[in-house]
Amino acid sequence: MTVTDAPPAAAAVGGTVLEASGVTMRFGGLLAVNNVNLTVREGEIVGLIGPNGAGKTTFFNCLTGLYKPTSGQVRFAGVPRKAPKPPKRKRVKKAPSAAAVDAVTVAVQVPSLPKLSPLPPKPRAVVRAGMARTFQNIRLFANMTALENVMVGRYSRTSAGAITSVLRGPKFRREEAATRARAQELLDFVGLGKSTEHLARNMPYGDQRRLEIARALATDPKLILLDEPTAGMNPQETKQAMDLIFKIRDLGLSVVVIEHDMRFIFTLCDRVLCLVRGETLVEGTPGEVQSDPRVIEAYIGSGEDDDEDDDGPQDVVEEAKP
Amino acid sequence: MTDVQTETPAAPEVAVAPKANPVAWPLGLAGVVLVIVGSFLSWSYDGTILNDLSIDFFPGGLQILAIVIAVLSLVLLLAAKGPLAALGSWLDATLGLRTFGTGLVLYMALVLVAISVESEGLINVNPGGYVTLVGALLIAVSGWLLPLRQLRNMKAAKLPGWVDILAIAVLMGSLLFLAAYALGLEDAWSFILCLVFIATAATGLFRTGAMSWVAQAGQRNRKVLTLASFAVAFLFPFTQDGSDANMSIATSVLVFAATAMGLNIVVGLAGLLDLGYIAFLGSGAYVAATLSQSAFATIGWKPPFLVVVLVGALVAMLLGLVIGSPTLRVSGDYLAIVTLGFGEIFRFAMFNLDGNNGPNLTNGPNGIPGIPDLELFGFNFGAVHHPFGIELGRFSNYYFLLLILTGGVILVFSRLNNSRIGRGWVAIREDEKAAEAMGVNVFGLKLLAFAVGAFLAGLAGTIKAHQDGAVSPDQYIFLESAFLLAAIVLGGMGTIAGVLLGATILKLLPEKLRFFSEYRLLLFGITLVLMMRFRPEGLVASRRRQLEFHEDDEHLAEVVENELVEEAK
Repeated sequence: MTVTDAPPAAAAVGGTVLEASGVTMRFGGLLAVNNVNLTVREGEIVGLIGPNGAGKTTFFNCLTGLYKPTSGQVRFAGVPRKAPKPPKRKRVKKAPSAAAVDAVTVAVQVPSLPKLSPLPPKPRAVVRAGMARTFQNIRLFANMTALENVMVGRYSRTSAGAITSVLRGPKFRREEAATRARAQELLDFVGLGKSTEHLARNMPYGDQRRLEIARALATDPKLILLDEPTAGMNPQETKQAMDLIFKIRDLGLSVVVIEHDMRFIFTLCDRVLCLVRGETLVEGTPGEVQSDPRVIEAYIGSGEDDDEDDDGPQDVVEEAKP
Repeated sequence: MTDVQTETPAAPEVAVAPKANPVAWPLGLAGVVLVIVGSFLSWSYDGTILNDLSIDFFPGGLQILAIVIAVLSLVLLLAAKGPLAALGSWLDATLGLRTFGTGLVLYMALVLVAISVESEGLINVNPGGYVTLVGALLIAVSGWLLPLRQLRNMKAAKLPGWVDILAIAVLMGSLLFLAAYALGLEDAWSFILCLVFIATAATGLFRTGAMSWVAQAGQRNRKVLTLASFAVAFLFPFTQDGSDANMSIATSVLVFAATAMGLNIVVGLAGLLDLGYIAFLGSGAYVAATLSQSAFATIGWKPPFLVVVLVGALVAMLLGLVIGSPTLRVSGDYLAIVTLGFGEIFRFAMFNLDGNNGPNLTNGPNGIPGIPDLELFGFNFGAVHHPFGIELGRFSNYYFLLLILTGGVILVFSRLNNSRIGRGWVAIREDEKAAEAMGVNVFGLKLLAFAVGAFLAGLAGTIKAHQDGAVSPDQYIFLESAFLLAAIVLGGMGTIAGVLLGATILKLLPEKLRFFSEYRLLLFGITLVLMMRFRPEGLVASRRRQLEFHEDDEHLAEVVENELVEEAK
């Protein structure tokens, strides 16, 4: 794995996957997110930056249905209600022995995008439609193994009910085997193929982050939202995380990333959105955003946000300039 | 979980013990001889108590139990030093000997107390009793003098597969024999002594590590273990010589166990606190009663039993859905309160639907008596049958039916647990928000647990109605729900063996020890408090639950992880 600091050629960017318009979230008197628009196209990596308390995570929660936005609309190139079952058996066979971790390719079917339709503000419906997320503070199922964690992610794409589970017919066995194989495949994909039986709570921090990504990928998303995927990582781990996100993008998925690490964001993203106090400050290519004086001002000028650490924006922005 | 004996406690004592070594071993041997000789002598002057321990050279039941412990101790002594030394490198003979010795001293002390209480004074104790007590003391002393040793890891033992199976068979056989023997004891003292024996033998075997090995053998041969358990349960009625006294206890244990198992799905798997579960059993029973051939049944429709079973279970499930759907959306505490209220509402409804305040469905406080025995496929459950020339009474018939039911409930439990649905339940218990964000249908899965639990309880209720022959509101009080919950907590949430064990303990002890029935609640209360303090995961802990209860125990997490990795290979 080699990482060059220059962004690799962006994958072909396709049609619009997500279109959030005028999203506003108000908690009593607090306007956490105010009239934010975001459009994500297929195969695109979009960065979401902003000082602490800018409303980035709240915006994520509005997108994924954990919050119901006060106003505004989230439209998604959703899976039709009765999605044709993906051919799981074929997919299992496609991953032969999964020998070399890096060589594993995960076959994600990206059919031609359906029309944009409004997303109901329910997490489950959002996942079914094809949007998955990770959490800022890792929220794994701590007492389950890595494999089990990922298998839970398959929940919305499998259908065995109570009666099927008790009777254990061939359909159940097939689905269970496919779930297991797919989970293993995804663990290989994120580089945790050897930690299958490890308890999530025992895993090193970086692995937990990757496991959370694998769990999100297990829901077969078209768009994946990563909330500070490199928080607390050392530079080595950060590079690995970046590679992983590129790999995910190369599968044809769209990615939205919240991050504080500016170098990470500007290397990774095709487009960057800067939120300040719940409002969009700038949106544009990394080059545009990092040269915008308002961004630097937003970071330095906001006196309340005094908990910025050494990756404070101005030097990082400077450093990241090619 | 089995005891994990690591070398850590052994290290400091090894340095002290070797000095006493030369005396310890012969002392133990002398103890064994004394116990055996003493047990062949008369223990009690009075032949009418404790199933006659008064005849020389003809040991009674309790004396044979002492001999059994002595023989086990002998094996351990020989393993510590002597011809069985090879065995001693695997088994912790010293720890076992300590337990056996101490347990036997307690046992003999209780025997002497029992004799003097039952027949006025220590004067009635014959020399044999004292000889055995001295022998027991010697074994205990020798156990405490013997040094602890480094053991080899039992997992490394390479034994042919049939040894595993043999071990399971021996374990199950002794279980059957012990259950039959213990239940056959009429007087409370004998029963208590028998319990002390079982506790001593079981603890001792655990301490040596032999039991952990058997448990691992069971893990390796899960199917064999399951089959053997059912075989033992199936054979139990044949040991009772057609006597209904114990079989009626056994059937009530089975009803209780099957119901507790159903509740275990709700509490142990889905993590929902249900304090009114007995109402679902009650609704099944009431449905069966009102649709039965009883002269007091209030509904004219009298369908065949299989239809009644289905109706009863579905009615219970419907009630579960009605209670569950509005409450499962809010947090757990509300659910506990609402189910508690529901249990009471059910009881009052059954109490008041007597024709005075609405339709007469239940005859109010009188209930519905005179429910006839079941007749399925020409097999009358009320009659005495003689398969293989062995007499099986009415309760034995119901026992078999309930055994099938319990097996079914266990099947549902374990299969749901090991499926997509079971994973969803665990995920909800671990982190409800994250589970939701991963697409798990949180509300649906909770409701499902509730519905399945209610369905199974309703099913059990329909059989219970026929077995009891009557239903009345006072059978379905809150205390019963609390006992069901206690059985689960005591035995081990989310486990099969634990809940069966808990249910057996909670139902069997009060039946056998009538004299302590006044203190029953007090004792259970104390037991539960102690359990919560020292072993919150229950007697038999499910691995996952144990992890959940010990969030910051790193060592435990390591141990469990190693086991998981091992199993995956």
